[in-house]
Amino acid sequence: MSSKQTTMRDAVADLVRDGDTVAIEGFTHLICFAAGHEIIRQRKRDLTLARMTPDVIYDQMVAGGVARTLIFSWLGNPGVGSLHAIRRRIEDHDPAPLEIEEYSHFGMVCRYVAGASNLPFFPIRSYYESDIPTVNPKIVPMRSPYDAGDEVYVVPPLRPDVTIVHAQRADPSGDAQIWGLLGCQKEAAFAADRVIVVCEEVVEESVIRRDPNRTVIPGVVVDAVVEEPFACHPSFTQGYYDRDNAFYLEWDRIARDPETLETWLKEWVYDLGSHADYVEKWGAAHWDALRPGEALSGEVDYGRYA
Amino acid sequence: MSAATTEDLGYSKSEIMIAASSRGLAGAKNCFVGVGLPNIVCNLAQRTVARDLQLVYESGVFGARPERLPLSIGDPTLATGATAITSMFELFAFYLQAGLIDVAFLGGAQIDRFGNLNTTVIGSYDAPKVRLPGSGGACEIAIHARRILVIMRQAQRSFVNELDFRTSPGHSGDPAHDAARGWHGSGPTSVVTDLGTYGFDAATGEMTLLTMHPGVTIDDVRANTGWDPKLATDLGETPVPSAEELRLIREELDPGGVYTK
Repeated sequence: MSSKQTTMRDAVADLVRDGDTVAIEGFTHLICFAAGHEIIRQRKRDLTLARMTPDVIYDQMVAGGVARTLIFSWLGNPGVGSLHAIRRRIEDHDPAPLEIEEYSHFGMVCRYVAGASNLPFFPIRSYYESDIPTVNPKIVPMRSPYDAGDEVYVVPPLRPDVTIVHAQRADPSGDAQIWGLLGCQKEAAFAADRVIVVCEEVVEESVIRRDPNRTVIPGVVVDAVVEEPFACHPSFTQGYYDRDNAFYLEWDRIARDPETLETWLKEWVYDLGSHADYVEKWGAAHWDALRPGEALSGEVDYGRYA
Repeated sequence: MSAATTEDLGYSKSEIMIAASSRGLAGAKNCFVGVGLPNIVCNLAQRTVARDLQLVYESGVFGARPERLPLSIGDPTLATGATAITSMFELFAFYLQAGLIDVAFLGGAQIDRFGNLNTTVIGSYDAPKVRLPGSGGACEIAIHARRILVIMRQAQRSFVNELDFRTSPGHSGDPAHDAARGWHGSGPTSVVTDLGTYGFDAATGEMTLLTMHPGVTIDDVRANTGWDPKLATDLGETPVPSAEELRLIREELDPGGVYTK
């Protein structure tokens, strides 16, 4: 297979276009902040940002002015509180309104499943007697064709123009292996028109082939591979670096004040050329402090059948 | 609050909420956990009244054994050493929607007398005064978990006569309707606040005050409830946290006092 390896700058320049629907997925784990920062730096505009949990990354991107619409299921700073830049857009239209389209977690997951499976909708048992469908007309009740007394709700497919996911490791053709929390990255990747895989380490194809059960996203759906260590900070990569909970708490202070936020974006995004600069700016001691202890999985024997 | 301060009693408001909630997990098997107080409640129950409790997190973890207190439901400590890690589709479809979850914790900015919860907006949806996080998994958890335990602080603004938005359904107020829903879930069965503990009346589905914490008066409860609260005929006092419960909370579960001071 030919190599798809490239830089974050080129991957975002080539594959993320103004007006796109972009999904940077990863549920708390493996959120590719480096891709979000590059999208801000390249001043992409009018994006529809989809994520189950917009998290600090979309608060930064919304503050950076890249987004017109937000599709989500839980809009908060996990374990901390609010996403203040997004709240200002929604509550005060400051500095401009933000269109929103909201689901529950299961609804969002099943939108990606429908998108990945080429289905026109996906039925779930949720939303009963909730006000959510009254504010989102895309969530529609439907009677079972096999039992008129059995009602489900259906959600429409979500097919991002671009999905960006982070993996512990991938080979140059994009076969990506992930462990720890899996979120909905597989579904979001298969649902997308274009896929960028970012990883801590690009490895030989033989490393992938030694443990095929761990391959979550195959290179066949991947357009670009970017090796970018620490790309998820302040989110985390299981086994590589811890979640920087102190930064998630600090973001609450930064984002409360638009000027403080703008200063942060200038210092940590616009004035830096790349994520490598960001890693260097934090300094080695910061990364040492986030390194976890060891918890090896042990090995299994796939057997050799020659 | 009345004159008695929590310092006089030897435990904090959070600690009596945690202890009271954890006793509600006696015998539970598969529990959907949230962060903050529910996380401590479930870990306490696992060490006391529910030894076989499997901690399930919507991030896709079944049977977590966290070695530290997680700040978020996606903390890496939940993955290491877990029984299973699933995709979120599998967790919501095969575990939750199929009915494997015994009990789940939910909270909210607003609750009404029938245990319906609002985590979406204060004010109107289109022009909200406060935009809250929204459902997350709460809407489907409320429908599918066999029973729902609520833990939240009580005030006029949170215990409201009418929700601004119903994110997650509780009881309808018509038990015949509720029985005909055909859901796995039976809705909220218990609410624990900083003032007392509540059950839900079998005949009406209405929240009913069962116990008040030591030092709390009925006037305190009325002053912090947006409707005239229904009282159990045998209204009692919440048992105080035991020495062992307090030791576990302070020494093992939240030694930094992040959630319990």
